[in-house]
Amino acid sequence: MIPELGEYALILSLCLSVLLAIVPLVGATTGNALWCSYARPLASAIFAFVLFSFLCLSWAFLHNDFSVAYVANNSNTALPWYYRLSAVWGGHEGSLLLWLLILAGWIVAVAVKSRNLPQDILARVLAVMGMISTGFLMFVLFTSSPFERYLPQVPQEGADLNPLLQDFGLIVHPPMLYMGYVGFSVAFAFAIAALLSGRLDAAWARWSRPWTNIAWAFLTLGIALGSWWAYYELGWGGWWFWDPVENASLMPWLIGTALVHSLAVTEKRGVFKSWTVLLAIFAFSLSLLGTFLVRSGVLTSVHAFASDPERGFFILVLLALSIGGSLLLYAIKASHVKSESSFSLLSRESFLLINNVLLTVICATVLLGTLYPLLIDALNLGKLSVGPPYFNALFVPLSALLALSLGVGTLVRWKQTSATLLLSQLWLPALAALLAGGVTLALLPQWPGIWAAIGLLLAWWVVFAGLRDLFNRVRHKRQPLAAMFQQSRAYYGMVLAHVGVAVLAVGIALVSTFSEQSDLRMEPGDSRTFGGYEFVFDGIRKVDGPNFHSDTGVIRVLRDGELYTEMYPEKRLYNARGMVMTEAAIDPGLFRDLYVALGEPLGGDAWAVRVQYKPFVRWLWLGGLLMTVGGILAATDPRYRRQAKRETASAAA
Amino acid sequence: MKHLLLSLLLLWPLSVTAAIDAYEFSDPVTEARFQELTAELRCPKCQNNNIADSNSPIASDLRREVYLMLEAGATDQEVVNFMVDRYGEFVLYRPRVNEMTWLLWYGPFGLLAVGLVVVLLVSRNRRRRQSAGPQRELDARERERLNKLLQQDKDT
Amino acid sequence: MRRVLLFLPLAIFLGLGFFLWRGLSIDPTELPSARLNQPFPAFELASLTEPDRILTEQDLKGAPALVNVWATWCPTCKEEHAYLNQLAREGVTIYGINYKDEPVKARAWLDRYLDPYVASVVDEEGRLGLDLGVYGAPETYVIDADGVIRYRHVGAVDARVWQDLKAVMDAIATGDRS
Repeated sequence: MIPELGEYALILSLCLSVLLAIVPLVGATTGNALWCSYARPLASAIFAFVLFSFLCLSWAFLHNDFSVAYVANNSNTALPWYYRLSAVWGGHEGSLLLWLLILAGWIVAVAVKSRNLPQDILARVLAVMGMISTGFLMFVLFTSSPFERYLPQVPQEGADLNPLLQDFGLIVHPPMLYMGYVGFSVAFAFAIAALLSGRLDAAWARWSRPWTNIAWAFLTLGIALGSWWAYYELGWGGWWFWDPVENASLMPWLIGTALVHSLAVTEKRGVFKSWTVLLAIFAFSLSLLGTFLVRSGVLTSVHAFASDPERGFFILVLLALSIGGSLLLYAIKASHVKSESSFSLLSRESFLLINNVLLTVICATVLLGTLYPLLIDALNLGKLSVGPPYFNALFVPLSALLALSLGVGTLVRWKQTSATLLLSQLWLPALAALLAGGVTLALLPQWPGIWAAIGLLLAWWVVFAGLRDLFNRVRHKRQPLAAMFQQSRAYYGMVLAHVGVAVLAVGIALVSTFSEQSDLRMEPGDSRTFGGYEFVFDGIRKVDGPNFHSDTGVIRVLRDGELYTEMYPEKRLYNARGMVMTEAAIDPGLFRDLYVALGEPLGGDAWAVRVQYKPFVRWLWLGGLLMTVGGILAATDPRYRRQAKRETASAAA
Repeated sequence: MKHLLLSLLLLWPLSVTAAIDAYEFSDPVTEARFQELTAELRCPKCQNNNIADSNSPIASDLRREVYLMLEAGATDQEVVNFMVDRYGEFVLYRPRVNEMTWLLWYGPFGLLAVGLVVVLLVSRNRRRRQSAGPQRELDARERERLNKLLQQDKDT
Repeated sequence: MRRVLLFLPLAIFLGLGFFLWRGLSIDPTELPSARLNQPFPAFELASLTEPDRILTEQDLKGAPALVNVWATWCPTCKEEHAYLNQLAREGVTIYGINYKDEPVKARAWLDRYLDPYVASVVDEEGRLGLDLGVYGAPETYVIDADGVIRYRHVGAVDARVWQDLKAVMDAIATGDRS
């Protein structure tokens, strides 16, 4: 009964979405205020029904209702309750429902938070979001309903949630990631609404900026969590595999990053307007493309969902309608857009444009590499693979250029900067970066290779350029120290995000050059010295978990002969699926991780053991975290609220 | 229904375990080469996985082959050629540069060049427009237009 | 000019969309053999049924034939075995490569389920399989009279697959005549 209610709620939200897509739009076009005013209540109703539907599915999971096919395939009575709850988004159908819930959440957030928006703009924005939710509700209801039943033969026991997903990382990673993906639909809707109304101006950029920043922050966090999860859960010690699924999340992030910067220029200077709109369309389009790539089976990936050409075709039609439609609208409408000011080559505008070009080129590279095998195959030219060596070879130099221009961009002025002034600004941070970088390189145990060295130099460059900018901002103030705290929240958001870039660069440079790994054959009592630590293997213990059996290795780690820590790498056999999983043991640290994974038994009491030393690996996620916080700080700058208030006040007057 | 269940089960690899062989290498350089090579060779019958990480039987066979070849003194290129002869270009995660992959390898740099030219043109264009009139006046007009646009928004 | 440029993103997207649509009907896991149109790799391996006899790639020459890679540990091999027997009865020449298997078990299997193979070679180490580019049993190759590999099928042979194999064999036959 309850699953059926969930299904009905979805059907109802589909009907409401259709209304939301049509009524306010007609109202805005014909100037009918009443019709426009339907947008907000419709938005709330859609959210309520999708939430209800989501709760119905959660109920089915909590109560082990295996008559529901999706529950039977993704849960099990032995599964702890919190994993039963997170199993709601452990498979294709349920994760789409989560997608929908988050979309509905964004819709209602826009409806509530944008009371100060002109009514016709809000009506258009919500109508566009209504169209998106119509498409995805149809997708769920027609091809992937999570409420389908196994009747009359109800399975006694469920197939269990994939053990890979029975983990904290996987409880939080998908919701954060979807918050980001779907969040870009807000920027998209604002862009389309602006194109529809023909009013592409600075005000439009200001309205969509906080939404875009928030979505970007969530996406950053989602990706960082995914990378962290892959690192500790897959047992390989890798943190980024350039797998199509990962690329699918990186592409909207790259374009989203470009969008965040481009919106800033559009708001402040009234330039790049048509480019910014295009980026907003691209950011969401790439989120949709990612959905297609992950769920259609056109590419092989380590962690793809059930691939089904029928579903793939449905999403492709959705893509064609939404992306094709918006790009057509763009092609027709954007030609009327005019820039409102000018700038020279040595200006912040130019450098932000260069930043946009670089981010777009990086994104295009990732897209090209991800789809190239498909392209070659579709042209009957054979089969080939494009993997990490390719992506690294192109990503690294392009990102280095990006970091270089980032530093210049923070110091160059709006509109125009004379070359002498710019040089007088740049020489000191450049020198400082060279010095600090040189010292850093001298402290390293050995030369890390040219690219890692460049990465470290650039990290310092980004930091010193930021410091110089801060110095410029406060040095003429009477109380420089107090002035430091009076900078806007948006400014500190930017600073944090840029420091995040530097931290990330350090992490990537060091973990990719100084990681050490050794596969060892160890018998109880054996010891090996590795990375300055002595690892002593004390044998295997049998441990039983709630739904698995485990061989737990006991490894003592000694440092200078003293016990430093004990590590327990596991090999788990999950009962329901008969699946074997490696649970690596990690001793985390700010400057290095020790990573031990258990392999196969090698006869007798000997086991294969992999020991890894991962310097600065935490800095990767620390960088991501800093960027996330920066994005949220920027989005919550009180300026936006004040401005909104002022606008309402003046409109009321 | 049974079919559906089965197909869903088959989706995920039956085991996600680190592939650990514990080979003894004659020297650390060979070990490093082994790690690098096996990371760049794709397992022909897995999902998207290199032979270093995959624990499928074929990946472990190929690892052993790489190990034996390296220990016998083969160069990296010989190992790569050996694999390509048997399993095709598909096993290379680093696609070779040839007519088929020119777009892949050089396309991004071409795009970058185009992008930078566009930046140059745009900033030049804008500057010419700017120099057509005194800067201050244009600024004021700009501001006025901006204000007007903002006003419009408020009024609606 | 600017107007035309504005249509560029749409054009790129449409091009991309076309490839994505084509992609839906392509199986990315399907791999053609890298050994296609090359002579059968050289080997010297014992016959499974007559362990004293050493077979080489020369023994496969003479007429178009199927070469089937099989093992007792492979469930799909069991699935296709009956169909291979049927093909053998119809007069198709089938050679077997007993891949990474134990000869004793393999001989027992052939006794039990009948032997469709003109000859099977023992590839206990999987060396021949590696040279052939085998990545999992069962695989079936079509070779011509000169021992050149003309086709590979991965997975079980059944009536539908046999149509493809037969087409290749017929094409070889016509090619030889002309």
